[in-house]
Amino acid sequence: MNVVHQVIAWLTDPVHWSGPEGIPVRTLQHVLYSLVATGIAAVIALPIGIFIGHTGRGTLFAVNLTNLGRAIPTLGIIILVFRLAGYGIVPVLVSLTALAIPPIVTNSYAGVRSVDPEIREAAEGMGMRGRQVLWRAELPVAMPLIMAGIRTSTIQVVATATLAAYVGLGGLGRYLIDGFSQRDLPQVVGGAILVALLSLLTELLLGRLQSLVVSPGLAQRGAEAAVRAKVQKAA
Amino acid sequence: MSSGPAPPLAAEVIRWSWIGDHLDDIRGNLVQHVELTGLAVLFGLLLAFPLALAAIRWPRLYGPILGFTGVLFTIPSLALFILLIPFTGLQIQTALIGLTIYTLLILVRNIVEGLRGVDQDVREAAQAMGYTPARQLFQVELPLALPVIMAGVRIATVTTIGLVTVTALIGWGGLGQLFIEGFTLDFTTPILVGIVLSALLAFAADLLLVGLQQRLTPWARSGR
Amino acid sequence: MISFESVTKRFPDGTTAVDNLNLEVPEGDLSVLVGPSGCGKTTTLRMINRMIEATSGRIVVDGRDVATVDPPELRRRIGYVIQQVGLFPHRTIAENIGTVPELVGWDRRRTRDRVGELLELVGLPAEVRDRYPHQLSGGQRQRVGVARALAVDPPIMLMDEPFGAVDPIVRSRLQDEFLRLQQEVRKTIVFVTHDIDEAIKMGDRIAIFRQGGHLEQYADPAELLADPASDFVADFLGAERGLKRLALIPVSAVKAEAGPVVDPDDDGRRALAAAEAYGSDWVVVVDGDRRLLGWAHAGEAAERGRVGDAELRPFQLQVRADDSLRAALNAMVQSRTGVAVRVSDGDRYEGIVTLELLSKEIS
Repeated sequence: MNVVHQVIAWLTDPVHWSGPEGIPVRTLQHVLYSLVATGIAAVIALPIGIFIGHTGRGTLFAVNLTNLGRAIPTLGIIILVFRLAGYGIVPVLVSLTALAIPPIVTNSYAGVRSVDPEIREAAEGMGMRGRQVLWRAELPVAMPLIMAGIRTSTIQVVATATLAAYVGLGGLGRYLIDGFSQRDLPQVVGGAILVALLSLLTELLLGRLQSLVVSPGLAQRGAEAAVRAKVQKAA
Repeated sequence: MSSGPAPPLAAEVIRWSWIGDHLDDIRGNLVQHVELTGLAVLFGLLLAFPLALAAIRWPRLYGPILGFTGVLFTIPSLALFILLIPFTGLQIQTALIGLTIYTLLILVRNIVEGLRGVDQDVREAAQAMGYTPARQLFQVELPLALPVIMAGVRIATVTTIGLVTVTALIGWGGLGQLFIEGFTLDFTTPILVGIVLSALLAFAADLLLVGLQQRLTPWARSGR
Repeated sequence: MISFESVTKRFPDGTTAVDNLNLEVPEGDLSVLVGPSGCGKTTTLRMINRMIEATSGRIVVDGRDVATVDPPELRRRIGYVIQQVGLFPHRTIAENIGTVPELVGWDRRRTRDRVGELLELVGLPAEVRDRYPHQLSGGQRQRVGVARALAVDPPIMLMDEPFGAVDPIVRSRLQDEFLRLQQEVRKTIVFVTHDIDEAIKMGDRIAIFRQGGHLEQYADPAELLADPASDFVADFLGAERGLKRLALIPVSAVKAEAGPVVDPDDDGRRALAAAEAYGSDWVVVVDGDRRLLGWAHAGEAAERGRVGDAELRPFQLQVRADDSLRAALNAMVQSRTGVAVRVSDGDRYEGIVTLELLSKEIS
């Protein structure tokens, strides 16, 4: 296919690997925006989700937040924020962060909630106070689901950042948006490949991170629990 | 800060007259949105069932199937749609195929988990009473797997409603076109209309599906 | 009739669940397969309806090798009851019971009537037919399970610990009712349990299995208890084998002794003489109609002069001809006299059953 050759040519053209519009710079931008947005979202969302899971208050909110998040079109929000606040990294990052919050809240809530009551009871029986129960017993066991939430959120942010190129944000999404308006197929497809690769790489790295952070005793639980939790949430 | 166009916040946020003038267009967008969503979920179900049944019959397939669809799910939607273009061009098929791929992962997973979740004792009793495998699947296992499967359909539907807006960037988009319009015309009203309608559509679809689930599972309602 | 011909089941991981089994289950009998866990009893049961396929050998049901019959066809003619019942949660009780009728194509009216019949047969009120399984108690669900298995009146029933999931009181009641049912319908039943007492209570014949799938003995309960074929069987039957045997023998099997019998108007010295002749220090007091009044100390009667003037003590427990010897033993140990009195249905004295008589019977 001619397209394949063109795309390969585009990807291997040294011109595209240098300068402020080059692949390295844009990749870095993309990674940076994603990290910042997810990081801030985690800082905000983790305490909320864990609190709701630990105390049992506000569960309705936590459970429905992701459904809410799914129902709101990300592109629309980004464009709206751009309209209302003008162009600027900050407004865009704010919307990225806001959209990254729901999965983390819901999953950390679910993670803490799903901890066997017997574990909690054993911890209290040993004389641990509330906060110790949380840190020493609940959180470690809830880790698989919490990490799953962070992973989902990160992947989502990478995707949303791609879309944000539409309103002028840098990053790999620029190739898709610019390429499309320039009718430059190799650029568009090349950009899409890069974005896809970045996402997959992110997923793999986060997977490794999860296996490092989560205790080996929970490894099996993590895989099954993540799938089952996702699957039975709304059932 | 550059001095560019007038401070956006001063511009009117909603011009109701615009809505009134463009009702037909809005309706057209809504219809396209519903069509794309409906077809994507439908095709997704049609493809997911055989895949799920295969995964159950040959459990070793499940991992790879999940893995493969999982990889596709990880790829940002815009990128996925664009990667399809060299193969399927810029017709509406591209959008539909992309949307269907996303529903596929959710549905395959839910159908498999739902069927696996059927009580082993019930399955054994059914087999021992003389059900053929096919009848057992349709008359016993699927009805009991319905809650989990419907949960998947709900998630898939709501997710798809969101993803359809992204296809606006490659020429389709349903209600997403309102975002593009608002952006290019420098005009907030269509954007808000698009967001509100998408959200409402998602809620309405979810409610409808919950209602459908209730109707299909009368045994879950009675008693406690 | 069900027969196993050199049937072996070996699992892929190498374990032998059933080892060269030869067994013939007579028609109309309730045969119990019993043994410790891992002895292959459940595997054996499930090979009959091909839920598990035998590795080698033949299983013949009603003249046909089960391997030659299409499994769903085979299973529609065999009733199957398991411990957890496995009722379909998404169907009403009536629909559950009507499962096999629907599979074999009965019309609605016939099924509906049959469901009504069966509910009555298993002792459930007609209202439950429109309820869902989760609305019933454990005991009720078990009954529905039995009704469902009986729906098309199959000649054969397979039951795997069917009463195991309920408490002992309910279990005992279910067992009794099922035995009464079996009296009426006389199906060929293969029943699996790990409880030897249930086996003895329910079974016309009992097959005892050892770990590794070996059949140790296949006999009726009395023979089993009287003559265990090996140490394993004796151990499995339990240390109280003697008592269990007594439970199976009716009082009528033993010839009761006449005993020292006197009338309340008799002279006390006469009582003393009767007691001495018999070898006891008490006498049985019976009136003119041979009705049992109780017993009295012979010596006390002699002192008072007239038997009726001595203190008349009642026999707390009395046994009838169709009670078991175990009941007689029970009566014996609870009476100061150390014997059990046997009476007729009209409370007429029939004789005395002693420990000696019991021992002679079972040794």
